[in-house]
Amino acid sequence: MTAQAIGAGEARALGSDPGPRPTASRLIYFSSVSGNTHRFVGKLGLEAERIPLLSRERPLRATEPFVLIVPTYGGTGGAGSVPKQVIRFLNDPHNRGLIRGVISAGNTNFGDNYCAAGDIIAVKCGVPHLYRFELMGTSEDVDRVTKGLDEFWTRLSLPPQ
Amino acid sequence: MTSEKLKLLDHVQAINWNRIQDDKDVEVWNRLVNNFWLPEKVPLSNDVQSWHTLTPQEQQLTMRVFTGLTLLDTIQGTVGAVSLIPDALTPHEEAVYTNIAFMESVHAKSYSSIFSTLCSTKEIDDAFRWSVENENLQRKAHIVMDYYRGDEPLKRKVASTLLESFLFYSGFYLPMYWSSRAKLTNTADLIRLIIRDEAVHGYYIGYKFQKGLELVSEEKRQEIKDYTFELLFELYENEVQYTHDLYDVVGLSEDVKKFLHYNANKALMNLGYEAMFPSSVTDVNPAILSALSPNADENHDFFSGSGSSYVIGKAVNTEDEDWDF
Repeated sequence: MTAQAIGAGEARALGSDPGPRPTASRLIYFSSVSGNTHRFVGKLGLEAERIPLLSRERPLRATEPFVLIVPTYGGTGGAGSVPKQVIRFLNDPHNRGLIRGVISAGNTNFGDNYCAAGDIIAVKCGVPHLYRFELMGTSEDVDRVTKGLDEFWTRLSLPPQ
Repeated sequence: MTSEKLKLLDHVQAINWNRIQDDKDVEVWNRLVNNFWLPEKVPLSNDVQSWHTLTPQEQQLTMRVFTGLTLLDTIQGTVGAVSLIPDALTPHEEAVYTNIAFMESVHAKSYSSIFSTLCSTKEIDDAFRWSVENENLQRKAHIVMDYYRGDEPLKRKVASTLLESFLFYSGFYLPMYWSSRAKLTNTADLIRLIIRDEAVHGYYIGYKFQKGLELVSEEKRQEIKDYTFELLFELYENEVQYTHDLYDVVGLSEDVKKFLHYNANKALMNLGYEAMFPSSVTDVNPAILSALSPNADENHDFFSGSGSSYVIGKAVNTEDEDWDF
């Protein structure tokens, strides 16, 4: 008993890994330091949680079904399109089990790699790629996503036919 | 001609890529290196037959458009990207600008590859002469060059981003148009490589602009914002005239202008500002958009479809490398 108590105390003193940080947010997103996706999400006016940028930060763990918003890193042939922070987040089976859809950002200048991150995640997680927008999105994108998400969640709450 | 003192860095230290202040520098450097290409890799000669299906008027238009683009790439390669080096916030940012400058020179040279493959020496000379004589093309070069020579780092970045993300598009429209009609498709492939590069350049310079804005007063920020919109309007007015100079003969000017609006919005977004042109004037011809990016059309918008294909997520094990498709 004594030994265990000391062990726990030591772990606290050393600031041991507190594990993933839970979030009940229905909207989870990633945005790099350039902040385009962060700006887009801000314009939606919905409660949202940002996937941490640095690997030393506590990772996120979803506790409720959510939609993911991700930027595409411009590559070729899909390689490197999904930001590594998002891969890390989705490598957690809890998070993969609760994702219900993905919205992606990109730039049509990247040709068939436009919004490839959304395509890859949709296939990998078996969820619909709900919407694509460019850079930080126009006001029209904001309207369509706000309305679209509202309808999407309503539809999901209906009992299966 | 006034003699100007060349602005160079006052002090240079050996660059240490093992100590990074801004991860974006490394990310963009890697992206640019991975995207590296040369015109010799594109089989332009496969377009010779297609070139001869164009009318003389269409051929002349195409050559003029490409000399205009050559001028912009030359400016950006020899003056624009280089002028940003003394203002860099990190040594790695300086290195990225040297990469951008070199790639712009590759772009400029690639138009000459297209010309030498498709046209006669006389036609090429005529087109270059046109580029020197066209007032609106020269005015656009002058406006941008003035800011590159000025002493305001933030304004230089604005001018540079507007060049990378807006001024090229009156020209880029045409190869996309030909491509949508199954003409000059190899040339279009080469232009798509340029378009991809310009997106990274515009994104990066726009990002560094926003980092620079964080360091100045609120008053200065407002001044720079006003300046950005004024410069965009000035360049836009000129682009509209330039567009008419080029495209009126083939009746495409109105279509090109929508493409200009659409790209002006993206240039503003690269600088961190909201889009300015409303969606009613940015409805780019779907054929052009799809020549640019095959999955940019409305059919890919789940929200406006029935959405009946929805399936519940099934968790599969994933490794990092699984995410590279």
